[in-house]
Amino acid sequence: MTTHDTRPGSAGGADTPGPLHGGPDDDYTPEQLAAMSRDDLDRLGARYDGVQVLHVDPGPEPGSALERRYVRQVGAVFMLAGLAAFAFVVVYVGSGWFLPDWEWTIDAGTWSSLFTPLLGLLMGLSLTLVGVGMVLYSKKLLPHETAVQDKHDGSHFDRVTTGATLVSGLHKSGLARRKLITRSLAFMGGGLGLMLLMPLGGLLKNPNTGNPLGRTSWAQGVRLLRDDGTPIRPGDQVPGSLETVFPAVTGGNRESDAATMLIRLRPEQVAVDRPREGQADFGYGDYVAYSKICTHAGCPVSLYEQETSRILCPCHQSQFDITQGAKPIFGPATRALPQLPLALDDEGYFVARSDYIEAVGPTYWNRERI
Amino acid sequence: MARTATAPGAPTTRLGKAAVDFDDRLIVAGPLRRTLNKVFPDHWSFLLGEIALYSFIVLLLSGTYLTFFFDASMREVVYNGSYAPLRGVEMSAAYDSALDLSFDVRGGLFMRQVHHWAALLFVASIILHLLRIFFTGAFRRPRETNWLIGVGLLVLAILEGATGYTLPDDLLSGTGLRIISAIILAIPVIGTWAHFAVFGGDFPGELIIGRFYIVHVLLIPAILLALIAVHMLMLVKQKHTQFPGPGRTEHNVVGNRLFPTFAAKAGGLFFVVFGVIAMLAGLVQINPIWLWGPYNPAQVSAASQPDWYVMFLDGSTRLFPAWDINLPGDYTIPALFWPTLILPGILFTLLALYPMIERKLTGDTAAHHLLQRPRDVPVRTSLGAMAVTFYFWLMISGGNDVIADKFQLSLNAMTWVGRLGLVILPPLVYVITYRICLGLQKHDREVLEHGIETGVIRRLPHGEFIEVHQPLGPVDAHGHGQLAYGGAPVPKKMNQIGGARRAIRGFFTPIEEPTAVELEQRREARGLAAAEDRDLTTSGRPSEGGRPSEGGKPQEPRD
Repeated sequence: MTTHDTRPGSAGGADTPGPLHGGPDDDYTPEQLAAMSRDDLDRLGARYDGVQVLHVDPGPEPGSALERRYVRQVGAVFMLAGLAAFAFVVVYVGSGWFLPDWEWTIDAGTWSSLFTPLLGLLMGLSLTLVGVGMVLYSKKLLPHETAVQDKHDGSHFDRVTTGATLVSGLHKSGLARRKLITRSLAFMGGGLGLMLLMPLGGLLKNPNTGNPLGRTSWAQGVRLLRDDGTPIRPGDQVPGSLETVFPAVTGGNRESDAATMLIRLRPEQVAVDRPREGQADFGYGDYVAYSKICTHAGCPVSLYEQETSRILCPCHQSQFDITQGAKPIFGPATRALPQLPLALDDEGYFVARSDYIEAVGPTYWNRERI
Repeated sequence: MARTATAPGAPTTRLGKAAVDFDDRLIVAGPLRRTLNKVFPDHWSFLLGEIALYSFIVLLLSGTYLTFFFDASMREVVYNGSYAPLRGVEMSAAYDSALDLSFDVRGGLFMRQVHHWAALLFVASIILHLLRIFFTGAFRRPRETNWLIGVGLLVLAILEGATGYTLPDDLLSGTGLRIISAIILAIPVIGTWAHFAVFGGDFPGELIIGRFYIVHVLLIPAILLALIAVHMLMLVKQKHTQFPGPGRTEHNVVGNRLFPTFAAKAGGLFFVVFGVIAMLAGLVQINPIWLWGPYNPAQVSAASQPDWYVMFLDGSTRLFPAWDINLPGDYTIPALFWPTLILPGILFTLLALYPMIERKLTGDTAAHHLLQRPRDVPVRTSLGAMAVTFYFWLMISGGNDVIADKFQLSLNAMTWVGRLGLVILPPLVYVITYRICLGLQKHDREVLEHGIETGVIRRLPHGEFIEVHQPLGPVDAHGHGQLAYGGAPVPKKMNQIGGARRAIRGFFTPIEEPTAVELEQRREARGLAAAEDRDLTTSGRPSEGGRPSEGGKPQEPRD
């Protein structure tokens, strides 16, 4: 059997287009179309699309001085674009071959510090010129035509017929009558939706097991270490200075909540020092230690201005006064920086007396309860 | 079908035959012709959305390139690449691979900067496009759905930018991530649970870079791509809006057909956008991650700023007062919650619902395809100006430490200026914008009624001095113009209605025949040029080829 088989019963009859095929092919015979000029065909097709070309401003006359000039302009722009593109290839390929090496060196003013700017300049120049050339071409050399396209509102016929198809389909399904099926479908949909969401439960983790938010690695007897791992004695710091310290545990200097500021107060600061209630003995001599993690958004509070005893968070400009128990005195922070209780161990190095007595870092819903 | 192959006029060239073969199989000639014939209106402000689209294409291309080299892992490694100052430093594999990308991949730094600049341009052009749509009323029925999609695209673009900002895991991006973590923690009731779900534990954990990576390169881009496709399909389906002008109605679109004019211009714009991004990427350094160093929770640099499109949230966070809400049972709603989640939530909801709000308030439910000039809708324009002021004030406040530093101002004073300005400035701007709109409206009417000021002063026989006005159209017995305002720009200078002679083209030497130009001018002055259809070609301004209508020669006002 072939596709041309038209015997009754084989493929359902003669292989001719149905009566609904129609369209412009019936209005215009191939002969008629062949007799029309290209421009007329263009306009004819446009008319079928609801577009009328109202006016054409032809480009410059072929062979005129104006045209030659524009052609030269556009050609020059494309030529330059190509030139820049080839120059890009030369710089990209040639660096480290016949041009100096592109790799980073510590000296300024070498080829390597020119490499990226050159790539950008050449690629940018090339692409921009391509664009400029295209716009120039369309502005100067293409005929300027003004076309109007009709905008149709929705068709009433389409609405009515589509509506009929939809509603009759729904009606034939009988879903409106067969309540048991619609109810079971709703039940099934709910169940299926929930079921497919369930695997996301794998993301959930209980934040309250082991109290990870309320605890750091500080504990009784844990030494205060500098970033380079050296311990600190009371005489090591000059008054008025600040040092960032970490707990002496593995990876302590990379912990997100453990960073602590060890501050040696100046005598005049000691005189006005008013620690928080119940934390008067947390310092050691003229030393106090506060968490470095801002109680607002968790940035490290880093800028210490010792004349005013203020610590500034560079993220949102909260300011804390270390002579008032590091209480916030300006900006969006609401709570004082937690204080680390200090002591000395047998060898005379600073150690913590315990972990922070409150959660460090930003505030959250149940922070007070942890 | 056999008929096409043997029909007279069937193509004889190889290309033509191939085209027929192709159409025999896919039947695309009809839809293709409809597409090529589609008419696009011409106005510079319609290009803003295109710029967003093209920067998105650049983002996809450059981003795909970056994924070949980036290792989204928080595994600790020791840097051993070309950049000497960081050699031997412990860092995450993500930061290490971002450094390798910058220093050990040929042209990698360039590609990274292309990606970053394209991202900045992407969000910027989205916002400018949004403002254009807003101020010209292009969001009105039937385009509310596309407005909603557009707002969704903006939010997704910002999220996409924020996740991308985090990926290199340098000190700056880590600080940003720490703040994101604090914001998630600040959500009432579920904050800690949400944080542990996102980070897989306490901050920072081991997972977040990998998770943000897949969100950044797959999830959000896929949604963006799908929404952009719907956005454009709806645009094609509903057709473009246009500014009012000669021949332009609610039921047509006047402009250029897609092929070849619009395609050439749009293609040109794509290359220019790509070229500008490439030039910025090569010449203007952005986010030099090697200078920040690897992320360390105990370190931060001064003037830590997010990318510009997140700065308004940084600003709101800086300005919001320290108001924790303590609830019974020792529960707290952190102050951070309001400026970082509630405020953008309100802002974006208002933005998204604006078309419905305006429809409700004005009762205008008709379909509109002609745009409005901002001055003609003073309330909307003033509301928009107020919102823009609010946004930019927050954005500037996001850099208030830099301003305070550069101009030797007090930081605390800057914060208070920010807080007060946020309350005082927007209403002030509303009132000022409203007055400006009314003033511009009045001036349009004034010119339509009395004509353009010519600058010619004349002394009447009885000694009175008058200024001669050029009416724009026919006048009544009192010398008053009878033209109605049609929502299109009104010419306000004599040059705009052909008061000046056309310049002869050519830079060094004339490329036109001066006498020919003069003859043409003289013909036009007599009103002989048969150019009735020319009215449609432009806005009607002589600078664009229009010519004065029946207005005639300057007349002296009669009253």
